[in-house]
Amino acid sequence: MRRTIRFLLGEETREIESSDPTATLLDWLRADARLTGTKEGCAEGDCGACTVAIGRLSGGRLRYEAINSCIRLLATIDGCHVVTIEHLKRSDGSLHPVQQAMAAHHGSQCGFCTPGIVMSLYALWLNEERPDETRIEDALAGNLCRCTGYQPIIAAARGISDFGRRREDPLIANADAIAARLKTLRDEETLLVEQEERRLIAPATVNALADAVVKEPRATMLAGGTDVGLWVTKEMRDIAPVIYLGRVEALKRVEDRGDALIFGAGANHIDVRKALATIHPQLDELMRRFGGEQIRNAGTIGGNIANGSPIGDLPPALIALGATIMLRRGAGRRVIPLEQFFIAYRKQDRRAGEFIETITVPKPPPDALIHVSKVSKRFDEDISSVCGAFLLRRGPDGLVAEARLAFGGMAATPKRAANAETILKGKPWSEESVALAIGCLAVDFKPLDDMRASARYRATVAGNLLRRFLMETTDAAIATRVAGLMRADAPRAAHG
Amino acid sequence: MADGTPSNRDAIRGGVHRPQAHDSAHKHVAGEALYIDDLPEPAGLVHLYLGLADRAHARIVSVDLAKVRAARGVVAVFTAADVPGVNDISSTGLHDEPIFATDRIDYHGQPIFAVAARTRAQARRAAKLGVIQYDELAPITDIAAARAAKAPLVTEPLTLARGDIESAMKGAPRRLKGSMTIGGQDHFYLEGQIALAVPGEDRDVTIYSSTQHPSEVQHMVSHALGVPSHAVTIECRRMGGGFGGKETQANLFAAAAAIAAKKLNRAVKLRPDRDDDMIITGKRHDFVVDYEIGFDDDGRIHAVDAVYAARCGFSADLSGPVTDRALFHADNCYFYPAVRLRSEPLKTTTCSNTAFRGFGGPQGMIGAERFIEEIAFATAKDPVDIRKLNFYGVAERNVTPYHQTIEDNIIAKVMEEIERRSDFRARQAAIRAFNRDSKILKRGIALTPVKFGISFTATWFNQAGALVHIYTDGSVHLNHGGTEMGQGLYVKVAQVVADAFQIDIDKVKITATTTGKVPNTSATAASSGTDLNGMAALAACDAIKARLVDFAAERWSVPKDQIAFLPNRLRVGNQEISFPEIVKAAYMARVSLSATGFYKTPKIHWDRKKGIGRPFYYFAYGAAACEVLIDTLTGEYKVERADIVHDVGHSLNPAIDRGQIEGGFIQGMGWLTTEELWWDDKGRLRTHAPSTYKIPVASDRPTIFNVAILEGVKNSEPAIHRSKAVGEPPFMLANSVFFALSDAIASLADHRFCPRLDSPATPERVLFAVERMRALAAGQEAA
Repeated sequence: MRRTIRFLLGEETREIESSDPTATLLDWLRADARLTGTKEGCAEGDCGACTVAIGRLSGGRLRYEAINSCIRLLATIDGCHVVTIEHLKRSDGSLHPVQQAMAAHHGSQCGFCTPGIVMSLYALWLNEERPDETRIEDALAGNLCRCTGYQPIIAAARGISDFGRRREDPLIANADAIAARLKTLRDEETLLVEQEERRLIAPATVNALADAVVKEPRATMLAGGTDVGLWVTKEMRDIAPVIYLGRVEALKRVEDRGDALIFGAGANHIDVRKALATIHPQLDELMRRFGGEQIRNAGTIGGNIANGSPIGDLPPALIALGATIMLRRGAGRRVIPLEQFFIAYRKQDRRAGEFIETITVPKPPPDALIHVSKVSKRFDEDISSVCGAFLLRRGPDGLVAEARLAFGGMAATPKRAANAETILKGKPWSEESVALAIGCLAVDFKPLDDMRASARYRATVAGNLLRRFLMETTDAAIATRVAGLMRADAPRAAHG
Repeated sequence: MADGTPSNRDAIRGGVHRPQAHDSAHKHVAGEALYIDDLPEPAGLVHLYLGLADRAHARIVSVDLAKVRAARGVVAVFTAADVPGVNDISSTGLHDEPIFATDRIDYHGQPIFAVAARTRAQARRAAKLGVIQYDELAPITDIAAARAAKAPLVTEPLTLARGDIESAMKGAPRRLKGSMTIGGQDHFYLEGQIALAVPGEDRDVTIYSSTQHPSEVQHMVSHALGVPSHAVTIECRRMGGGFGGKETQANLFAAAAAIAAKKLNRAVKLRPDRDDDMIITGKRHDFVVDYEIGFDDDGRIHAVDAVYAARCGFSADLSGPVTDRALFHADNCYFYPAVRLRSEPLKTTTCSNTAFRGFGGPQGMIGAERFIEEIAFATAKDPVDIRKLNFYGVAERNVTPYHQTIEDNIIAKVMEEIERRSDFRARQAAIRAFNRDSKILKRGIALTPVKFGISFTATWFNQAGALVHIYTDGSVHLNHGGTEMGQGLYVKVAQVVADAFQIDIDKVKITATTTGKVPNTSATAASSGTDLNGMAALAACDAIKARLVDFAAERWSVPKDQIAFLPNRLRVGNQEISFPEIVKAAYMARVSLSATGFYKTPKIHWDRKKGIGRPFYYFAYGAAACEVLIDTLTGEYKVERADIVHDVGHSLNPAIDRGQIEGGFIQGMGWLTTEELWWDDKGRLRTHAPSTYKIPVASDRPTIFNVAILEGVKNSEPAIHRSKAVGEPPFMLANSVFFALSDAIASLADHRFCPRLDSPATPERVLFAVERMRALAAGQEAA
């Protein structure tokens, strides 16, 4: 058992003993380290003003990711490299190329979002020297700017390499040395952060995790913290005791077994996207629009499922694909279809002492028709009003043999349209059949009615998504989407 | 901006009309610009947090704060009984805005008490522990409910009238009536509200406040503390965004912090969480515009009769001038031969709506565009032709509903530019062709103009002061009453000063706005910051320059007309003397090197009772053409292209101005598209965080975005270096997005019916408008 949080902060090694187990990284940076360049804009991971870059060892490789420090608990950066806006300037005091580009292109007005935007662009630049415009927009999806209208920021992002070379960046140039330092911080010991009997337990192995969950069956399970973080910052809830899953490398594995994809529950949405993209481009697009980049870096597939939200983006797609989850308790394991995991609003079939270990997504046969649509008020970094994910197979007779129609935002849980599926079976894949299926949706669902969308809108769109599914699978020429798939081809004028 | 290169003898660095970078750009990108929460905290500082009502409308039966007091870390609890002066922060003087509610609750989230604790988390937790018993009343959330409940008006309404509306309407060949609902908007400044109060000796207190209006914060705090204004100093170096949301809304936080600071003799910081900030503070007013328009078969307007009802919230705040400005912009660029415009500022049990970029102007202006659209559909003509037909004339048809004659009309030039640059007509034809072939996706295009009046309509606010010192090394200290919220005011005024003295801009130190240096300032609002403070700073510079010229003429015995300010030096007769040298010499000769400057806008006057005057010094113009693509299955859409031409006179700083134009447009687009304020049936705002309230992100900006500053124009009035105000006018360029969506929707019924789209045009509203169009088209075919 180790009781000290260890990490790199810029070039320094920091060791912290006996701190508040649920203190956020942002509060620690601003109040304790007095690094006030990182800002709090919303304290819920939606505005990006708090963005910092976190370096971590992933499969032995050093990987930098932008994350929201406002909802990231300090204890969870154990073994990581924390890079804040203050660490970007060169040793001679001059600005980093990312900073130079932002200043030269007039990328700041009030300046409050600027450190977060610089850090998001920096994390992008560390991974890609000349990203295209779509990639830049995706990397900035989690950064709100209320002043500029973003145009100069995009121009800056495109122009970073005009101000310096990526390979000369200290984090790139010294990657091996940094990786070596992070390795020395890594161990198999369980980390215990404790203060006044409130504790956070961070095991490093699956077995230690399994033991810890059995021992603390009421503990808050913390993975990416993209939802649990808000319990702390918004609801002021005391979530201790906490079991943190993020140190367990084995849980982050993504494996292609040939007939199925196997995801460790701790795989983040970036890695999940890469794997799901091999199944269907619309899954790639769904995951492209999952949260903002910082959320995609921090959030995990297991967290998105275990959380049980009726509007989580992954469950409908995974249910349509027939995914199963493996729950583990101590040494015991059970496998259930994902849809059975969701019992009622925010009530899941996770028994005391259990945690989700893996998610298995069978690859659909080549003749399966697949459709995924996420509909939200704003395309990027928004929660679905309706998410529809469908899988349909036709038999040799051309009639529908199997239909799996899963929806988010239509009920208290992610849910299949049982009646609509039944009515489609044995019918031709046609407008008439779809009309019948749409008629069933009113029986299958009582949609939510809230600030994101009215029940009537959700019901209308759910039906229209089935129409879109039919059109897209029967008319190769038809254009049915205004964002995402077609966007890469859109022309852009030079900005004067 | 100090680039280390030697002073240039040909031209100064950072003079006027140059694309000078924002003065804090370097600090912004380095994370070194200090906002109030970044300042080192004085020893012993405590954190204050507000305890909020969880009913929208109620009588308070009892307040039990025992649990709050007993909570961990709590130092003190404050209620209305602890306010030493007056428990009121109403900027209007109407006494309708308590700091802490006493007997009644008028909106969900209204502060009832404040708790000070050692940490902010402790204060936040304790603030949730108040036990309040309520006698609940029915919430009055929106305009319809307020009308149904015969709710009072929060302030005196305004009528603007010209001509005989009754007979003109009756005499018009065609008439139509309609109604448009226009949503509000949260400011979503990235830096939330914050105040840090530091007590001093005597009755003194200094407050670091994120405010657009330090003088008003000063007055409110002195009022609340019951001390003279001289005891209260307000300082603000910069805000992380304002947009009108910190014109009056900073008062509450500053007053509460000051009360606690004086009581505890400790520094006190109050920084609400984002959600609480959005729940507590006022927003852009929602409007319902009910209109009747008289016109002829050509589409020419004969008469406009309209009522502008606004959701003002529980108190007056700035609702009077905001609804006034809606009326002032209900004409936009169009001449109404006979007109009657009436405001209806309704009281509701919601947060008290306030200033927001455009200040009612956008709501008035989009109503005018709706009138045009209605007429275009009614006469089966192109909306752009209807617009042109109804534009104000230059020598005739040039009198506004408030009887001001427009003297600087350049809308025809702006239109010509935008039509050419956007290739509007050709694209319009191409879009019609596209829509014929595209089953699901439809395109729309629209071109809308902007004319925005510049000046505070409260005439006395159109004044400003500045303070300029030159130190003996030739470096300059600049201070004025304007505040910096990202709009680039500080750098523009510094450019004016650099230009006046002909010294490089890095010799000019920009300093924090403080009530101790320049008193009795106006809010930095109404786009007026540079016009007012630039002129005041110039006056201060001119005063010092006159003294330097007098001194040099005497010292070197040359006529004054042989003395000139050249870049970083003076020419005195035949010799050239560096600026620092002449300053040092002047000091040795006991010449005062410090001056105040004052400016008041000339020509303006306004008689609100009669509805007659010249409230505006001049107008700023612009136009935008916008193309959108909508998905008729989901109502989702994308702005594919926007072209903008905007008039900033002779730009003081084209880089800063461009930033205002682009940023204003995108913010306006957010207002009209995805930014939706949503109250539940209990009168609670449920979109109070970025997770539920969606401002534009990077990918929402137009795929193609061409922005041009109108060239070859100067302000016809002698405003600062013949530039024009730019803060608000570009916001309304976004009307083109809204009417492009409407155009796309109208294509579903072959442009035969006005879609009568309400704002914000969320995907949901677009989809339902599409369905209405389809139903109308089907109905007509059936008939």
